[in-house]
Amino acid sequence: MTLVSSRIDTAKLDKIMQDYDYNKSNLIAMLQGVQQIYKYLPEEAITYIGTKVEGLSPATVFGVATFYAQFSLEPKGKYEIKVCDGTACHVRGSMPVLNAVKKKIQLKDGKMTTDNGLFSLETVSCLGACSLAPAMVINGKIYPKMTEEAVSMIIDVLLKENE
Amino acid sequence: MSDKKTLFIDNLEVEFTDEKTVLEVIRNNGFNVPTFCDRPDLTQFGACRMCIVEQEGRGIQASCTMLPRAGIKIHLNSAKVRKIRKTILELLLANHKRECLTCEKSGNCELQKYAAEYGITDIRFPKLEEKNYLETDTSSPSLVRDPSKCILCGACVRACTEFQGHSVLGFVNRGSNTQVQPMNGRKLSEVDCVYCGQCQAVCPTGAISIKSDIEKVWSEINNPEKKVVVQVAPSVRVALGEEFNLEPGENTIGKIYSAARKLGFDLVFDTNFSADLTITEEAAEFVQRFMNKKNLPLFTSCCPAWVRYVETQHPELINHLSSCKSPQGMMSAVLRGFLGKYYPEYNKNNTVIVSVMPCTAKKYEITREQMAGETDYVLTTQEFAKMIKNAGIEFKQLKDEKADSPFGLYSGAGTIFGASGGVAEAAIRTAYNIITGEELSNVNITELRGVGANSRTKDTVIDIKGTKVKVRVVSTLKEAEKSIKELKEGKADFGMLEVMACPGGCVNGGGQPVSCLNSLIKAKRAAGLYKEDEDLPLRKSHQNPDILKLYTECLGGKFGSEQAHHLLHTEYTNKFVNSYKDI
Repeated sequence: MTLVSSRIDTAKLDKIMQDYDYNKSNLIAMLQGVQQIYKYLPEEAITYIGTKVEGLSPATVFGVATFYAQFSLEPKGKYEIKVCDGTACHVRGSMPVLNAVKKKIQLKDGKMTTDNGLFSLETVSCLGACSLAPAMVINGKIYPKMTEEAVSMIIDVLLKENE
Repeated sequence: MSDKKTLFIDNLEVEFTDEKTVLEVIRNNGFNVPTFCDRPDLTQFGACRMCIVEQEGRGIQASCTMLPRAGIKIHLNSAKVRKIRKTILELLLANHKRECLTCEKSGNCELQKYAAEYGITDIRFPKLEEKNYLETDTSSPSLVRDPSKCILCGACVRACTEFQGHSVLGFVNRGSNTQVQPMNGRKLSEVDCVYCGQCQAVCPTGAISIKSDIEKVWSEINNPEKKVVVQVAPSVRVALGEEFNLEPGENTIGKIYSAARKLGFDLVFDTNFSADLTITEEAAEFVQRFMNKKNLPLFTSCCPAWVRYVETQHPELINHLSSCKSPQGMMSAVLRGFLGKYYPEYNKNNTVIVSVMPCTAKKYEITREQMAGETDYVLTTQEFAKMIKNAGIEFKQLKDEKADSPFGLYSGAGTIFGASGGVAEAAIRTAYNIITGEELSNVNITELRGVGANSRTKDTVIDIKGTKVKVRVVSTLKEAEKSIKELKEGKADFGMLEVMACPGGCVNGGGQPVSCLNSLIKAKRAAGLYKEDEDLPLRKSHQNPDILKLYTECLGGKFGSEQAHHLLHTEYTNKFVNSYKDI
């Protein structure tokens, strides 16, 4: 796994660790705090927390970060697209929707974010919107009953916004 | 009611008292079950599931994480247990790089052993394809990590965390994607691994092994142009015999000298000699710092893993480290400097210096820029044993021989360097003499002895004619970290801190014969060293006649002289700066 390197603001990380008393039991909460700032976990942030909190090490924190699906080690795009692949969405055709998004935003295989940093794509297990299956969420806004055509139209609108 | 409790193993009623797990009860009563992840000095993990037993009424359980309760009936080898165990082995082997013949751990591998014992002659699952092998990490001077041989028992991760408090290795990902890695898949040489080798010592397979220098040493020995000199460390003598079915702790130094000559080494010296030299220098340094109240507490510097730990984790404390080279470094420096004086046919171009060490970090130490070009190769005890077997030498039948002079004689103080507490004890014996001009009457400083899990921090107060000095001894870096914390908080009241990174000291080093299945082996090895100390006519380093001769003839006649300083002392650098942790 390669991580995109970026300079991080250690003062912000210090504040997060301080808020959680530098207590290793609060590691997950700390990482959530970091993810809130950067939308992902920069490698330097993981190393920094692993070095500063007693009883942890960079490798240990990295282990926690890779264990939980909620943490991302890759930077997210401006538009975070989540395609629901829960049971209901799956049987109603979430995979064609996912592939349509992938094609439309020109996402390379094995990548999560497009090269221009505009879109990132992931699947989630269930959004709890099964009556709207197949569902998709972009930056918190839900798009119901997706089809390949709908995907194309929605993305076109977003692309236009960014022209 | 008496507190006698019993349970039933294979229908036989057995007693138990304070055993923490059913596995312990099983083993204490002459039964056994196979294990990979169980290591008595580490916490229970329950990862490998090989130790499963069938409990009547409750089905299959892992005995290593099962509390013993009175009256339970367990079966170690029922048809169901056997079937499951065999399947577990098959599944482990399915994901394993099955290249046993060319594996460094072949013959010492627990996976190989149990596969043979359980008659695994056919594995139903396809072999891991070569293109799917994970990359082998040969970047470190000490250890080789081959993740395709890992069975995820977690012993290395626990050793790194529970012994060294350091967790250089950790698990990443989960489920079938789980792997053991240094931070984000870096190589060992790119992180702050101290190369203690305890991960290797507890690894049941060839996933982590010692980086072998055997072939390089053979080619030097076979080169007629070269003169190959060897030195043997204190704790090797009480452990090497185990590779030849001798008891742990049996002192085989006479046989080791003899074996080394048979292997083709031209001169054989004893690192115990330079341990004595380390003491005369380090005690003089301690006394000087003590008088000037400068850079106290003094940290010992014999353990390269500890030195690297200070340099990478606490670079602001490097001035506390003794500037003395380790005994290995001192011996090689002396040999490089003065061997030609006593053996004119040895010169700087034809002399090769090899050391036999209990330690994987010593392989790293010789690559330090400050010590470059002194020691050429380090062989661990395990590698040295392999060479002896390789050469067809019947070790047990060897006659005792003596080391070559003038760097072969040693005192008991040099011998006990191999056990946690030994360096401090030896230093006290000599420092007392330097300060008072008198000899310490009782040389046995028993408070500093002991290598068990409860003796990882030991304190004693020495009364030097009314001046009291507290001396602290710790083994494992996790314990060392506690003392460093005290120091940083201004609470440290000790004048000297001896640190050995391996639990119990060098007797339990990462390059010693496998001893992770029995907690008592290191104590037996240490007892062997203390016995030699008792038996030797001289027990103080400053009385060693060869040491005195070296000072008179080569080092300006005085402990801590300028010549000695130039040759036997070293410097340390801040290794935190520009490391991956420097953010």
